[in-house]
Amino acid sequence: MADLRDLYQEVILEHSKAPRNYRELASGQSAEGFNPLCGDHFTVFLKLENDVVNDVSFQGSGCAISKASASMMTQAVKGKSKTEAKKLFDTFHKLVTEGDANGDRADLGKLAVFSGVSEFPVRVKCATLAWHTLKAAIEGKQGSVSTE
Amino acid sequence: MTTTTNLPSAAELHTVKRAYDVQRIRRDFPILARDVRGKKLVYLDNAATSQKPQIVLDAIARYYEQENANIHRGVHFLSELATSKHDHARQIVQKFINAPHAHEIVFVRGATEAINLVAQTYGRKHVSSCDEVLVTAMEHHSNIVPWQILCDEKNAKLRVAPINELGELIMAEFEKLIGPRTKIIAIPHVSNALGTVNPVAKIVELAHTRNIPVVVDGAQAAPHTKIDVQSLGCDFYAFSSHKMFGPMGMGVLYGKTELLEAMPPYQGGGDMISSVTFEKTIYNKLPFKFEAGTPDVAGAIGLGVAIEYLNAIGMDNIAAYEHELLAYATEKVSAISGVRLIGTARDKAGVLSFVMDNVHPHDIGTILDQEGIAIRTGHHCAQPVMQCFGIPATARASLALYNTKDEVDALAAGIKKVQEVFS
Repeated sequence: MADLRDLYQEVILEHSKAPRNYRELASGQSAEGFNPLCGDHFTVFLKLENDVVNDVSFQGSGCAISKASASMMTQAVKGKSKTEAKKLFDTFHKLVTEGDANGDRADLGKLAVFSGVSEFPVRVKCATLAWHTLKAAIEGKQGSVSTE
Repeated sequence: MTTTTNLPSAAELHTVKRAYDVQRIRRDFPILARDVRGKKLVYLDNAATSQKPQIVLDAIARYYEQENANIHRGVHFLSELATSKHDHARQIVQKFINAPHAHEIVFVRGATEAINLVAQTYGRKHVSSCDEVLVTAMEHHSNIVPWQILCDEKNAKLRVAPINELGELIMAEFEKLIGPRTKIIAIPHVSNALGTVNPVAKIVELAHTRNIPVVVDGAQAAPHTKIDVQSLGCDFYAFSSHKMFGPMGMGVLYGKTELLEAMPPYQGGGDMISSVTFEKTIYNKLPFKFEAGTPDVAGAIGLGVAIEYLNAIGMDNIAAYEHELLAYATEKVSAISGVRLIGTARDKAGVLSFVMDNVHPHDIGTILDQEGIAIRTGHHCAQPVMQCFGIPATARASLALYNTKDEVDALAAGIKKVQEVFS
């Protein structure tokens, strides 16, 4: 049986209660992401300079997993190039869908706390909502992205 | 024609007819005995779908094992048998909602299809540019979107009657919204997200003084309360089999004869015609005009047996038991600090929607699930309701005739566990 503490790790709970970079950016680009199933809704703001994430932030509402994931994502991708950020998403996605058995856990740093999500398949969308939204912002996609 | 019957025997019915014995009722539902995640299943997601009693499962299995054939026009034994069972199921439904005639019972896939049928036939015929369709702010998406599609097509307007902070219709506002261009009024009998029971008869009275037909979404009412379409006076009444202990994919539209007669057909195909040439098709009589193609015969039989099961316990007994259980649950859950009930109408059925300080409903759902407790979290296909209360989602425990006070206690303990995780 999956253990709740694998999912709701202290770090995750802490970030969900006090999310970092929870603000709007006056300039730059942004994208909106929805999870129509549970009503989670985030906007990710992004400032790029020479294809490097100069600043990133988010706002919106969602569950503990989605909020903590958004918060930790903003910390993880700041200072990374567009390509590096996208690659990190791929690794993160692998972690939350497949667990950490066969992963490049080292690349993920603190994000590795999300490995427990793989035991809760219905929560994968929560953990990846902000990342999908970030990807849309990086690619300058118009409109909103949905996890469906 | 004499046929064997799928219905529970008199002896079987007698056993459930006596005093309300919830433990006995629970034994009729095999799934309730199973474990989930190593815990005893506590199934509190009945507003999404109900579980099925063994006699319904048996009736469906028996149909496919012993009785299966296509209905109507068959001259062989099994076809006659299947036709007679299908007809009989329609009569059971007719009596269950006290409809004047069996031909006023149209079998559909569910309440959603029933409402779409009315929108696409009656609606398209009678709603034109600048007309209005009036719905309420507590609607399930299935009683919003079909009307929106109609209004978009006809350039008509969808008007929405507001609700108060308890989740009740504001009747004075409702009345004001009924205007000279109102062509249809569509309301839920019981709100799926809030549990509010609406004053259907009163609304029908208001509507009928202005000659406006009323469509009632009864999906959440049918498993909980006695339905009498004649005393409600409504013109259409829609409900789903799967929410009332029958199989999925089956539902009912009741419509008044004169309205159904005047409506164009919904879908074309076999069974809905009396004669076809390439020049002209003459449609079949009611209700077959609205039942194109081979119907879900096993579904109809299963629904019929589910209704006989409910009848045997007695809808009044069920309503009284659930009323007490809901009161107990309301007291238990609202006593937990940091929990707020959403939907506190004075007249409620079956539903306990709530939110918790600093915990998103989705997280509540996951943690309760680890305790074997099944609830629903999210917007419950009623996003406008969530907007009314300024929240993205709720956690919703919904009750049925087999739930117990012990299960409510398990829910309350689960909620406290949620608070521990997030403390």
